[in-house]
Amino acid sequence: MAESYIGRTVAEMAAALRGGRITAVELAGQAIAHRDRVDGRVGAFLARTDAMALEQARAADERIAREGEAAPALCGIPVALKDVLVLEGVETTASSQILKGFLPPYTGTAVRRLLDQGAVVIGKTNCDEFAMGSSNENSSFRPVGNPWDLERVPGGSSGGSAAVVAAGVVPYSLGTDTGGSIRQPASLTGVVGFKPTYGRVSRYGLIAFASSLDQIGPFTRTVEDTALVYQAIAGHDPLDSTSSPTAVEDPVEALRSGVEGIRLGVPREYFVEGVEPGVRAAVETAIETLRSLGASVEEVSLPSTDAGLATYYIIAPAECSSNLARFDGVRFGLRVEEPSLLQTYLRSRDAGFGPEVKRRIMLGTYALSSGYYDAYYRKAQKVRTVIAEEFDRVFERVDALVCPTSPTVAFPQGARSDPLAMYLCDVLTIPVNLAGLPGISVPCGFSEGLPVGLQVIGPRFQDARVLRVAHAYEQAAGFTAQRSPLALEAGAA
Amino acid sequence: MSTATERTQTPRGIEGSGYEAVIGLEVHAQLLTRSKMFCSCSAAYNDAAPNANTCPVCLGLPGTLPVVNREAIENTVLTALALDCEIPPFTKFDRKNYFYPDLPKGYQISQYDLPLSRNGLLAFTVGDRQVRCGITRVHLEEDTGTLKHAGDLIHEATSSLVDLNRAGVPLMEIVGEPDLRSPDEAREYVVRLRQVLMYIGVNDGSMEKGSLRCDANVSLRREGDTELGVKVEIKNMNSFRAVHRALEYEIERQLEVLRNGGTLVQETRGWIETENRTVSQRSKEQAHDYRYFPEPDLPPLALDGDFVERVRTRLPELPGARQRRFESQYGLTAYDAALLTTTREDAEAYEGLLAAGVPAKLAANWQTGDVARLANAHHVPLQRSGLGVAGLAGLLRLLESGAVNGPTAKALLDELYLPGGDPEAVVKERGLGQVSDAAELGRIVDEVVAANPKAVEDFRGGKQQALGALVGQVMKATQGRADAKLVNSLLRERIGG
Amino acid sequence: MTLSRDDVAHVALLARLGLSGDEMEHLGSELDAILRAIDKLNEVDTSAVAETAQVGGLVNVWREDEPSESIGADRALANAPDREDGMFRVGAIQE
Repeated sequence: MAESYIGRTVAEMAAALRGGRITAVELAGQAIAHRDRVDGRVGAFLARTDAMALEQARAADERIAREGEAAPALCGIPVALKDVLVLEGVETTASSQILKGFLPPYTGTAVRRLLDQGAVVIGKTNCDEFAMGSSNENSSFRPVGNPWDLERVPGGSSGGSAAVVAAGVVPYSLGTDTGGSIRQPASLTGVVGFKPTYGRVSRYGLIAFASSLDQIGPFTRTVEDTALVYQAIAGHDPLDSTSSPTAVEDPVEALRSGVEGIRLGVPREYFVEGVEPGVRAAVETAIETLRSLGASVEEVSLPSTDAGLATYYIIAPAECSSNLARFDGVRFGLRVEEPSLLQTYLRSRDAGFGPEVKRRIMLGTYALSSGYYDAYYRKAQKVRTVIAEEFDRVFERVDALVCPTSPTVAFPQGARSDPLAMYLCDVLTIPVNLAGLPGISVPCGFSEGLPVGLQVIGPRFQDARVLRVAHAYEQAAGFTAQRSPLALEAGAA
Repeated sequence: MSTATERTQTPRGIEGSGYEAVIGLEVHAQLLTRSKMFCSCSAAYNDAAPNANTCPVCLGLPGTLPVVNREAIENTVLTALALDCEIPPFTKFDRKNYFYPDLPKGYQISQYDLPLSRNGLLAFTVGDRQVRCGITRVHLEEDTGTLKHAGDLIHEATSSLVDLNRAGVPLMEIVGEPDLRSPDEAREYVVRLRQVLMYIGVNDGSMEKGSLRCDANVSLRREGDTELGVKVEIKNMNSFRAVHRALEYEIERQLEVLRNGGTLVQETRGWIETENRTVSQRSKEQAHDYRYFPEPDLPPLALDGDFVERVRTRLPELPGARQRRFESQYGLTAYDAALLTTTREDAEAYEGLLAAGVPAKLAANWQTGDVARLANAHHVPLQRSGLGVAGLAGLLRLLESGAVNGPTAKALLDELYLPGGDPEAVVKERGLGQVSDAAELGRIVDEVVAANPKAVEDFRGGKQQALGALVGQVMKATQGRADAKLVNSLLRERIGG
Repeated sequence: MTLSRDDVAHVALLARLGLSGDEMEHLGSELDAILRAIDKLNEVDTSAVAETAQVGGLVNVWREDEPSESIGADRALANAPDREDGMFRVGAIQE
């Protein structure tokens, strides 16, 4: 019997596959077994796709036998996909009752690219309903436990995708990030989470929340793995008119460059009072590590940072109120049958959507409604320009920014019942989405025994540079060795 | 009110009323593209089985995104150019949000504040009056699906069925300024606009099939006033005639209300063809709040000079210009020129005849006369008939040269129109050539005169018609091939008087 | 900015959300709080900037007019809650 690869990286598994030390079928089997061992407690999986995974694994083994080293990096590697990503024939719910039982007749582009590389999908992951939330407590199915402390949240909205990597079930997963929904859970669960430049990864097949902010990205244990996944999914898609035709720089190659001479900016507004002392300390230490690697560090200012939250909470709900109008019970999804069409709409949507989704639909509808458009939506889009231009100016002096990802470490389930308190989780991540920039969170230590994340932010299309800084830090800091208690249960190496 | 009373429309006001009608028309025209506006499904929905032409995008399934059809943009720019509109350097799409079962996404991708074009003009004549109607804007959007109501009437139906084949078909919205002042003008506006759209090949002109739709906004005001009165929107007019009659009715209805001292309500009214009246469809309190905002899934369009000029090269000679050219270049009357330029195909057929050597007047007479009759009877235009333009040209050349006479040519046209054939060969084969030898005809004339003394007597006595009977006899004797003009003059010569 | 109960009801109808009386109450005050927090927007001077029309800076993205295979009516209707004669069925529209 092959040794356990639970908790290993994509790169390690890929090498083992090519070296004949393990088969894809065995990797899938281990992932599935570990999933079944821990997920009763974590709650990260919705649909489980074991039969499909085994089929994909067998095909992957054949392909590796045929192509050897030439086989794509992700061939035969188990993966889990956030349930806002459409996969043909597999129940895709966006963690909402309104899509319970929905079987998409198509597969989204990013997922298609993984499948084309020979990926082995073992399931869809739980998330906040329609990607709206920062703790995964808004899932209409069940909350997700943080593998470092199951009584605490893993962050959100991609809590499930973060947890499965942190728990060692899979070496990578796909999540989505609209206001921090990859980076923040990565920070809270001690894994790497990357949001590419807006337009880098096709949104075709991503159940839309906020169209001008959403991006798909990977969770991994190392930055090198992130580069591998990013390379597989990034690039122009004719099915997404907002996807960028700019060629993708080789991110794996870029990792080798190190940070000697790189100018790093530390935005003072990202160290405001809401940031816990333990988080601040870990991040400051991380910044010192970068300085010791040869990067120069200077303080910069992004004065409109604190307007970011307000801007986001007009734009995102406005776009989502429109994106979610298609959930009307007519062609798919939950329908509460009533004699009249109007009542069917009202009852179906009332029954199908959870409280946070309703809150945002109401907010968005209001912001766009007659008489309020200028004061809210138009004003927010202007403030957005101000925020983006502030980043542009700062990037004339520095190459990348470093700061905390989340103001706090993982908080207990149920601790933030006030919506406004929950929204504060994303103050440090939201501006990055507003400006469409690439951002990553890498583990940079612990506070009170819980993971802390360092955020690296770059100018638009400098995804490779962001990965390079993160990689250099990660290699020097050594937090990749960390394993959550659940990952250790499988005898993870 | 049950019927519209015919009311004489003076050039601008409504005679004797002290009021004038102010009419603005909104026309929706489906574009003749092969695929839909935002996805690659076929746009040809008329004969397709329900929901056969759909995909995740036009079904509005979660996770899907729109991609613009370039041909639709070009067709809209072409239309804008044909209507003399300005094309701004920057245009974008917006979402128009509302809930309806034929609208899969719960919003329609349309254009709000930065349309593809604005400020155009459609000029035409009504009777002998020149009308210049402004075009406010031409923009592009997607069509909705179709609904079938159990029992046909929407307000009674307990259920409805949704077919999304039409959802996503590209739709142009052409908004006219409220420059029209009568049902006549409105009708002619639609006729002319449709003609332009068909000339440039962007729309098939079918109001019955719904590829061309027309709504009207009509209000009344006192003659001389500049402020607009209460506006009523009229929908469901599915033909030129319906446009005319609905507006006639509505103007009369509004006049009645005002004369009786009542107030008009701003509302939408539907034209009921079978009952000859408009009926209120919904009160405007339930006004839609469309919450327009820029479509985040579609980058804006910057159509530069090069793009516009390239599209401009696709503009054919427009109907108005073509008609005027036919008048001056071929010496045709305005009436004939208008008939011959009704469609681009007709105009091209006519110039095809001329190019094949048929004189202008002759070609015009025949094309507007017997050919038109046959085309209507058989529902086959000349260009698609078996005889075709080339065949007709051949036939008319035979007539012109005297090789056959008028009646023979007509008979041949009738016979060969659908199946086709070479007129010259047929004439030769069946010996249908015109008899125009004076000596030969003279002999026959003498015989006929001798055989019909009464008719001769009558003619001499002043009955002009009697001559016709004699001509007929000569024709009969020559199997209809005699040169009628020559027969006429020979008869008069022989008989005298 | 205080939202009246009518305001909340109006927005709920626009959004086709059939909220209960309690939800209406609750949502109303939550929205109020959020809207007050959002007032922060007014502190930012935006007199010199244009709205972000598109984050990507792209223009003129389009495709050629080539029709391709549709997925077929069966697949289109596969998730339909109610269907008849190859079409989606809905209740009384009652215009």
